[in-house]
Amino acid sequence: MSNFFVSSIGKKFVLSLTGLFLILFLVVHLSVNVLIVFDSTGKLFNQAAHFMDTNPLIGIIEPVLAIGLVLHLVLATIITAQNQLLRDVNYTGNKRYQKSNTRENSSWASRNMYVLGTVILVFLVIHMINFFWKIKVTGDPLLNEATGLEPGVKNAYALVTGLFVQWKWSVLIYVIGAIALGLHLYHGVWSAFQSLGWSNRKWRSILSIIGIIVSLIFAGGFAFIPVFVLIQDMVC
Amino acid sequence: MKLTLKVWRQHSPKDKGRFEEYILQNASSDMTFLEMLDALNEQLISQDKDPVAFEHDCREGICGCCAMMINGRPHGPNAETTTCQLNMKAFKDNDTIVIEPWRARSFPVIKDLVVDRQAFEKIMEAGGFVHMDTGSAPEANTLAVPKGKADEAIEAASCIGCGACVAACKNASAMLFVAAKVSQYALLPQGKPEGGKRAWNMVAKMDELGFGSCTNTGACEVECPKGISLAHIARLNREFIKGGFITLVAEEE
Amino acid sequence: MTILNSKIPQGSLSQKWTNHKNAMKLVSPANKKKLDIIMVGTGVAGASAAASLGELGYNVKVFCYQDSPRRAHSVAAQGGINAAKNYRNDNDSNYRLFHDMIKGGDFRAREANVYRAAEVSNAIIDQLVAQGVPFAREYGGHLTTRSFGGVQVSRTFYASGITGQQVLLGSYAALKRQAAKGSVEMYERRQMLEIVVKDGKARGIVCRNLVTGQMERYSANAVVLATGGYGTIFFLSTLAVNSSGAAAYAAYKKGAFFANPSFIQIHPSCIPQMNEYQSKLTLMSESLRNDGRVWVPKDKGDKRSPDQIPEEERDYYLERRYPAFGNLVPRDIASRAAKERCDAGYGVGETGFAVYLDFSDAIKAQGEKMIKNKYGNLFDLYGKITGEDPYKVPMKIYPAGHYTMGGLWVDYNLMTTIPGLFAIGEANFSDHGANRLGASSLMQGCGDGYFILPYTIGNYLADEIKTKKLTTDDQAFDIAEKEAKERIQRLMNIKGNTSALAFHRALGKIMWDHAGMTRSEEGIKEGLKKVDDLEDRFYKDLKITGTTDSMNQPMERALRVAANFEISRLMLRDAMNRKESCGAHFREEHQTEEGETLRNDRDYSYVAAWEYLGERKEPKLHKEELKFEAVEVSQRSYK
Ligand SMILES: Cc1cc2nc3c(=O)[nH]c(=O)nc-3n(C[C@H](O)[C@H](O)[C@H](O)COP(=O)(O)OP(=O)(O)OC[C@H]3O[C@@H](n4cnc5c(N)ncnc54)[C@H](O)[C@@H]3O)c2cc1C
Ligand code: SF4
Ligand code: FES
Repeated sequence: MSNFFVSSIGKKFVLSLTGLFLILFLVVHLSVNVLIVFDSTGKLFNQAAHFMDTNPLIGIIEPVLAIGLVLHLVLATIITAQNQLLRDVNYTGNKRYQKSNTRENSSWASRNMYVLGTVILVFLVIHMINFFWKIKVTGDPLLNEATGLEPGVKNAYALVTGLFVQWKWSVLIYVIGAIALGLHLYHGVWSAFQSLGWSNRKWRSILSIIGIIVSLIFAGGFAFIPVFVLIQDMVC
Repeated sequence: MKLTLKVWRQHSPKDKGRFEEYILQNASSDMTFLEMLDALNEQLISQDKDPVAFEHDCREGICGCCAMMINGRPHGPNAETTTCQLNMKAFKDNDTIVIEPWRARSFPVIKDLVVDRQAFEKIMEAGGFVHMDTGSAPEANTLAVPKGKADEAIEAASCIGCGACVAACKNASAMLFVAAKVSQYALLPQGKPEGGKRAWNMVAKMDELGFGSCTNTGACEVECPKGISLAHIARLNREFIKGGFITLVAEEE
Repeated sequence: MTILNSKIPQGSLSQKWTNHKNAMKLVSPANKKKLDIIMVGTGVAGASAAASLGELGYNVKVFCYQDSPRRAHSVAAQGGINAAKNYRNDNDSNYRLFHDMIKGGDFRAREANVYRAAEVSNAIIDQLVAQGVPFAREYGGHLTTRSFGGVQVSRTFYASGITGQQVLLGSYAALKRQAAKGSVEMYERRQMLEIVVKDGKARGIVCRNLVTGQMERYSANAVVLATGGYGTIFFLSTLAVNSSGAAAYAAYKKGAFFANPSFIQIHPSCIPQMNEYQSKLTLMSESLRNDGRVWVPKDKGDKRSPDQIPEEERDYYLERRYPAFGNLVPRDIASRAAKERCDAGYGVGETGFAVYLDFSDAIKAQGEKMIKNKYGNLFDLYGKITGEDPYKVPMKIYPAGHYTMGGLWVDYNLMTTIPGLFAIGEANFSDHGANRLGASSLMQGCGDGYFILPYTIGNYLADEIKTKKLTTDDQAFDIAEKEAKERIQRLMNIKGNTSALAFHRALGKIMWDHAGMTRSEEGIKEGLKKVDDLEDRFYKDLKITGTTDSMNQPMERALRVAANFEISRLMLRDAMNRKESCGAHFREEHQTEEGETLRNDRDYSYVAAWEYLGERKEPKLHKEELKFEAVEVSQRSYK
């Protein structure tokens, strides 16, 4: 059994499970964030953010999530490095193929999962510095603006909208991040099911449609929020 | 039909190899791709040059000998077609065609376009069979096999072992090849009893021999001359994972 | 008088094999480990034999020229494999299968061997199914069958249109299992050039490593040739382009007799030659004649497209001439009938050398889906090669060289006239007489390999335990290697202007014209002369470039072409000698008024086995008289 996690399929087994698990996080995250769109007073969002911040269950899930993410990253790195370093170069030191028409046989996203993952990771770091770090550690004057809610509830809404309004170019970063996430999911979702062996001829097309829907929802959702905030600000 | 051919030439496994360019004046659109290479070799022989080595035998798409990268695609541009079945109608007058051998760490070049596919043999030896000795078989109709399963097993079993899947794969993974065999046996009652173990052994061998791991790009399926489906890879994954858990929990297999 | 001893066991036909098995000597497990067997060839015959012998505990060394045993030309067989299972309850039996083969072979095969082939047929299907060969099934999950030519029962098991591949992969898998275990050693990419004979017994081989160009020596207690047929003698044939009779020829040169060399099957349904560059003809399986109807227009030179020709202006000539068997007459008959129509000017297609194989009635009756299910990959194959859609336009087909019934003479134990040298599968002559019935070659190959040779070779080896091991530095090896090297050097040194490919093409044309579907005394004489002339030119004008120390495929071909000259002469001489028509051998001088074969049982009811007496020397004819006890020899009729 120890060989399981060393074998190529075993590694992908874990990669897929963690990938699917991380989608769960995205679901929660997006459902909280859309509240920004539905309530321009920020009440709902702040309430939800407070709940996430203080709920003990979330407190437990958070480190698990972090472990999942790290596992996902580490395995993806190992798999990619092995594929690249060990296999993808030709033994005589030549380029693998002088001419290679991979466009004809596979999607760009599927061939560039690691690149997309890296973009997402970079984005994630920026994103964390912008919000997570401020809310949890350093604090920010915006957080303390009156919320109209019970005391102790931070005004995360002000922090979020403030960022997009003050630094308009940051919207672009968020849109790029969302697109990278979408492309990653476009291949990632069905691929995870495939690697877990939960696919067959019938389910394959269903799973890839699910993958497309999931990727559209998250890419669209996460890109829409900053754009919405920006437009809202410009219109008002 | 006039063609410019950029062909990989490598005298021996140790030779570094290089592309050489040849002009073939008298190609015809009626030729198959290999007949075009025959014509090139006739030309090279008449010029006292070493003919291009390439593998071929049946010339009808079933033996799996022929194997080359044509303009960046294994077996050339046509779907579900081996190199030997590829018609020169797929090319135009004055085209330049780049011809390369399969390239993967586990497929070293022997000469020119010929690579060593022994790694496939080793994978087969690791488990691509049913343990049964001649003479020990029960009456053929003892076990019924649902027609659907039998048909799917034939599809999986139609793999010709050409290696195009490895050549196409950016990871040089042999998953489609391994999956075709594991899936065939997994679908049939005769192969079922040792299913998980087979998947386990064949994948371990595949990993050991330096094939990459599958990232589900699907390139292999598109380039496979027999149209072997990715669904078989899913079945292989299933068999492997099942096999893994069985060894984890069961006392004995 | 003949020195041939076919060693047919005593007893009634159905008891012979059983009696023989009971009487054969055994080798103990401990002794098996001490015995080496060389197996040249990994088709269904070679792979199944090697795997079975490995299972028994012998040390087996296996050779093939491809990079993997799985690529042997058996892989190309399409249609199916016969067995007398009688699953259809159509009153099939071992006897009936035997009788069909004897009759199909036009009473020129050895009765006892054919009966045994039929007798072991059922066990083969059991064996293959247990190996995981995915044969076609009924909806209920049981095995299904289809009909083949020359037969009135449905006994052909199949796996879509890729039966040969599946059957071969079954034995290949068994072989791989033994290779993993170490009882079988694999030597791929080796071209066997010489058989080493020591003290009158076959004791080893010399082969060329196709990668390094080095000569290699291997010794053993017995050598088995499973090297397939020599249909590439016609250059264009349904065989793999690298298959040849060169290995059998090497055995012949060392003293193994060559039997019935002129019996070569021309398969009626192949995709016609389309242009002068063509290097290979592709078979369209005989199984298609189950549902396809063969026809030509009733009017000479009718150039209308097939759908423009109304029903009443079509000549379904097979149904017309042979109402009882219709489109399913044996191959030789169907081939000649096609040739007759085309020669008379009724042929279709651009060249006029093709007939239609039409599925429109079957598609109407059964639906396209059903036809696709039965023949999908054959239709695809046809479409790919011709660019036409056979679901819409009738296929165009024409006969092409396909299978060699002739081969090395073997006795009932499958041993050649050189003790210790065995021949199995298509390489021997034994089971098909003057014409082979469809789906019976995979059957023979598997039978020889799984169930016959493993017993009979033991019977021989039981006495060999006492014989001293032969080391490869023995003088016999030196001589053999020297011969092989000289042969190559001779070819390399010619330095002429014509490639081996061009010579092969030219020789093929001569053989097709003079020893093809029909033969005549005049034609044969002319053919012999042309072969000699071409050979003279070959040794003056051959050009091989490249080196001998690495892969050199034109050189490999040159070696095969060199052997082909001798085999060609042998074929022509055999055809000349046999002044009768039987099966695939059709002498124009000997035909009935209706143009059917006219046998001469009084003078030619024998196997012609030829003994080599030297390069270009007239070989010596030995006759094995054929006695028929269980069948009544009759004029073959499929009307
Ligand atoms: C297109 C086609 C379709 C057919 N369809 C059917 C069918 O439906 N049913 C049926 O029963 N039969 C069919 N046949 C006939 C049947 O496939 C063959 O007769 C049979 O498979 C021969 O098997 P074999 O083992 O004797 O030889 P092969 O499979 O021809 O194998 C020959 C082996 O010998 C090796 N070899 C040869 N020479 C040398 C050498 N000098 N040195 C080293 N190795 C050598 C080769 O590497 C190869 O491994 C078909 C044949 C063809 C061509
Ligand atoms: S899976 Fe397809 S591409 Fe890969 S070896 Fe088999 S036939 Fe070739
Ligand atoms: S030569 Fe056999 S598959 Fe191409």
